[in-house]
Amino acid sequence: MASRLWKALVVLVLWAWGALRPRRRARARRREVDPSRRDAGSPAWVERTLLGLLAAIPLSCAAFAVLYILDPNTQLLGLALGAALALLAAALILAGKRLLPQETKVEERPIPGDRQAVDEVLEQAHAATDGITRRGLLLGAAGAAGAGLTAAVAVPVVALGPGIEDQLSRTPWHAGRALVDEQGAPLAAAAIREGSFVTAFPEGADKENLDAPVVLVRVDPASLRASSERAGWAPMGILAYSKICTHAACAISLYRAPLSPSTQSRGPALVCPCHYSTFDVLDSGRVEFGPAGRPLPQLPLSIDAQGTLRAAGPLSGPVGPSWWGDAR
Amino acid sequence: MSRRSARDPVEFVEERLGGARGLRFLMSYVFPDHWSFLLGEVALYAFVVLIATGTFLALFFSPDLGTAVYHGSDPALQGQSISSAYASTLKLSYHVSGGLLMRQTHHWAALLFLAAITLHLLRIVFTGAFRKPRDINYFIGVTLLALAILEGFAGYSLPDDLLSGMGLAIAWAVAMSLPLIGGPFATALWGGRFPGTSVFESRLYIAHVFVLPAILATLIAVHLAIIMRQRHSQFPGPGRREDNVVGTPMWPAYALRSLGLFAAVAAVLVLMGGLIQINPVWLWGPYHPYLGTNGAQPDWYLGWLIGALRLMPNLEISVFGHTLVPNPFFGGVLFPTVVFALLYALPWLDRRFISRDPARHDLLQSPRENPRRTALAAAVFSAVAIVFAAGSADRMFFQFGFGYEGAIWFFRGAFLAIPVAVFVITRRICLELAVEREHPLRGWSGRIVARDASGGFAPVDAGSTISEASDHGGST
Repeated sequence: MASRLWKALVVLVLWAWGALRPRRRARARRREVDPSRRDAGSPAWVERTLLGLLAAIPLSCAAFAVLYILDPNTQLLGLALGAALALLAAALILAGKRLLPQETKVEERPIPGDRQAVDEVLEQAHAATDGITRRGLLLGAAGAAGAGLTAAVAVPVVALGPGIEDQLSRTPWHAGRALVDEQGAPLAAAAIREGSFVTAFPEGADKENLDAPVVLVRVDPASLRASSERAGWAPMGILAYSKICTHAACAISLYRAPLSPSTQSRGPALVCPCHYSTFDVLDSGRVEFGPAGRPLPQLPLSIDAQGTLRAAGPLSGPVGPSWWGDAR
Repeated sequence: MSRRSARDPVEFVEERLGGARGLRFLMSYVFPDHWSFLLGEVALYAFVVLIATGTFLALFFSPDLGTAVYHGSDPALQGQSISSAYASTLKLSYHVSGGLLMRQTHHWAALLFLAAITLHLLRIVFTGAFRKPRDINYFIGVTLLALAILEGFAGYSLPDDLLSGMGLAIAWAVAMSLPLIGGPFATALWGGRFPGTSVFESRLYIAHVFVLPAILATLIAVHLAIIMRQRHSQFPGPGRREDNVVGTPMWPAYALRSLGLFAAVAAVLVLMGGLIQINPVWLWGPYHPYLGTNGAQPDWYLGWLIGALRLMPNLEISVFGHTLVPNPFFGGVLFPTVVFALLYALPWLDRRFISRDPARHDLLQSPRENPRRTALAAAVFSAVAIVFAAGSADRMFFQFGFGYEGAIWFFRGAFLAIPVAVFVITRRICLELAVEREHPLRGWSGRIVARDASGGFAPVDAGSTISEASDHGGST
């Protein structure tokens, strides 16, 4: 008991010494330079201007209310409310800088960092384990209990998403499926002309599905540089590529189709407007420029007896951005 | 208010809850006078405007992707199938009185919120205000920046217009690009494959109007509480020491000035919201995954991410026929992670390697006083700025006709070279300025002569008194 009292006394003395010392030093130093000052009293024009500004605020607010009821025009509403707020800002700043007493004050900054207190906290905390022998084991068990509870609480996160296998790999394209336009009308091969850029969908499928939209372009069949396995994929020089960029899932909506010989050093290309991945139309959708890491999937085409475009098989690769589950 | 009538409410609260002492502490709290200290306040007040205008918008917006054929007043969209989210945004803009004013003010406020936070961050970094004991508050600030970027993105993704959808498609690709877990992660977040269902829209909505604002507001409150506890930092000057704060007390002058700043921020935002068009969603049209538009740009604070996605060469890492690291990972995940990791590590880096000074500092440094830190920070920020500029390479093509592919190669080179040049030049400038001590444009460059009793003139060795005098002049 006596030793505890003695300790407390030492702590108290040390604390008092520590707490008082900086203040004493501060008082001594403040005598060197004292920046505090106070100026009160304001010129008459300040009060007059302030009255004018404050009086104009209700007028501006009334204008806002009247406009809101009679003619809620965005520009005028903005002007009326903005003017009221600007007047208020001017009044407040004027009052704060010219009307009210101007003061420069010095405030002491409390500087924490009492080592003694830290030691005491630790001592008291560790005192809780006095007389416990299997401390490590108990702590481990408590940790395991906590981890188990956390895991149990985290399980419902699974409910966020459905199973992904079919979500990411299903495709509406198979041999024989007709190509239709945005209104659902079948697309005739003859309607696709060189230089045009047509978006097509699988007949009867959900157009919002990333696998659905393809781009149709037509080139001179002699200019194609595709490999032999894709030889029959572009009847009449009509090519179909997935419209979804393999970089970041934006819709490929730009078509570079050189019209004059002077620009023909580079052939026709499909370009994504998000990050300008550029895909070579003549060379199986190879990436010619930009960040895309995979070529644009191509849809093999055929033309049926009525001259309508049909798919001759599935897309040549996974649609949209890459991930681990893609078979490359 | 007379002294007597003011007494009643103060007494009412004091007798029930106490706190008059706390109020007294608040009223005499000292704010150092420096313009750069207002940047954080501007951010705070932009947040207040965001909450006010956002509450109004939430009364009319419907976070639902269910579609219906449009028969509203916009002839350009007649007969199109559009979602409730988009339709309610149109209705809010066209038919709710003051709706468009609120929507545009909200959007401008979001841009200002992030601009003010970013400038505030630059001030903190370049003056060493992140050092002990403010490191703890600095971490909160950096977290606020990250959350504010997310919050802004969630906000402009809500209306389901074409730009919203294009941005979300990219976000989906970035989520998918996380090595190994990308697919399950993205599908879990979207409730299925992109573009997802109304489930995703409702998740985005609850994140934008509740979860993120609640976290932002809480962190802002903690940020301010910590400042109050530690007191403001201050620049060195006469009478200013590590253990005091010199400046204007909260009551009366500072409170009015700061409220004036609030009114000024609100006035500028309302005027911009009324007079300057922003994000006219009716021009973009509704989003469908098969639609895109050229020259699309995100809000400015995402410019550095679109720039990173565009600058990255077409590298994808695959093993055993699986894509391990898809391309959007580099620009969309790795780059921002590295930048934020550097920001979070800055107090430790500065303590260990840059300033090598673990001591407590409540007096700020002028950037020139710490050439190594200033130069390193300038180099890192210049790298981010170049990536940001690369994000607008397509606009440069439209506006000035600079070829896009050439511009990208230029920016790739600049990303590697410019930060080095910035480091060397900034360090040199800081060293030169530190030698001169005085500001080259404002400093005293003449000599003072004094006339003595015999009528002769002699130069006064007045270097110290002159700088003292100009210091005094600067502080009042």
